[in-house]
Amino acid sequence: MLLALIALALVAAALGAPLVVRCARRWIGRFTHRRTGAPPTAAYDPGRERRAEQRARQLLRSCVNDVEWAMYRDLGFIRVAGRKARSGRRAQDAPDAPPSYAYLVYPLKPIVAYVPSTGRLLSEYCVEFPDVTGGGATRLPPSDDVLAKWMALTSDESRVIGSANMHLVGRQLDPARVRRDLWRLSEWERRGEGASASLRDRPPA
Amino acid sequence: MHSPGPLTEENQIKFLRMKPGYGEILLTEGDPRVNEDEELLIAEFRRQLEEGMWAAVPTEQPDGRREALLVRDYAEIPLQAERVIFFPRAAGG
Repeated sequence: MLLALIALALVAAALGAPLVVRCARRWIGRFTHRRTGAPPTAAYDPGRERRAEQRARQLLRSCVNDVEWAMYRDLGFIRVAGRKARSGRRAQDAPDAPPSYAYLVYPLKPIVAYVPSTGRLLSEYCVEFPDVTGGGATRLPPSDDVLAKWMALTSDESRVIGSANMHLVGRQLDPARVRRDLWRLSEWERRGEGASASLRDRPPA
Repeated sequence: MHSPGPLTEENQIKFLRMKPGYGEILLTEGDPRVNEDEELLIAEFRRQLEEGMWAAVPTEQPDGRREALLVRDYAEIPLQAERVIFFPRAAGG
């Protein structure tokens, strides 16, 4: 009988130990905080980044056209036509011709320049938009990063490209993956998902 | 500066800013044709540029093409603009 009681007490002690330890830690932490006067650390909010990204997606959607939004939603990147003709000829001289070069804009990854007519990869432009004014995080949500690149490229391409570090494709992005993305894009357009994308992406007249 | 015209809600302009961890936040809004509002808008515009932000206005062309207009001065903001988006300037990554 005594043996059984002792065994029962040991089992109860083993089961209750984690709870006791947790309470003790909480109490010690509270006591230490009261003594040092240090501010309690902000509770980690796992939904914060997700909510920020949701807001960023809404803002992106309100700025780009339907085709670009569908492209981003379905493929994870946006294509932006190059605004300058490489040969010195202005692209708008031949309004029906595809742009001589274009960019693939990925979230939080380099911008890739390529030739739409051949699929040849030209270079990758490593560019960031770090917010150094606050004391905390400096990186924008992924969709805000895409929107920042899109706004910079469509408004002042030379400025953003001039700010970027240019490398051959392969420094940060896998060229095979980029080629696969170009194939996915062509298939996406062939299926009619982006039927009017090529028309709307023309450089401005 | 913006020319005067009839006062409607459509003349309100919003200044938004991309923030890490938040998405966009509303900095201020107002009617550029109301003097008090315009002073606030100009002050906020300058403050953002002094903090190193770029300012862009999303635009839509008659053919449906969308693009952005980078503005370096308050006076460059188009009259019909509904919002200006401030975002950190580009840096080599």
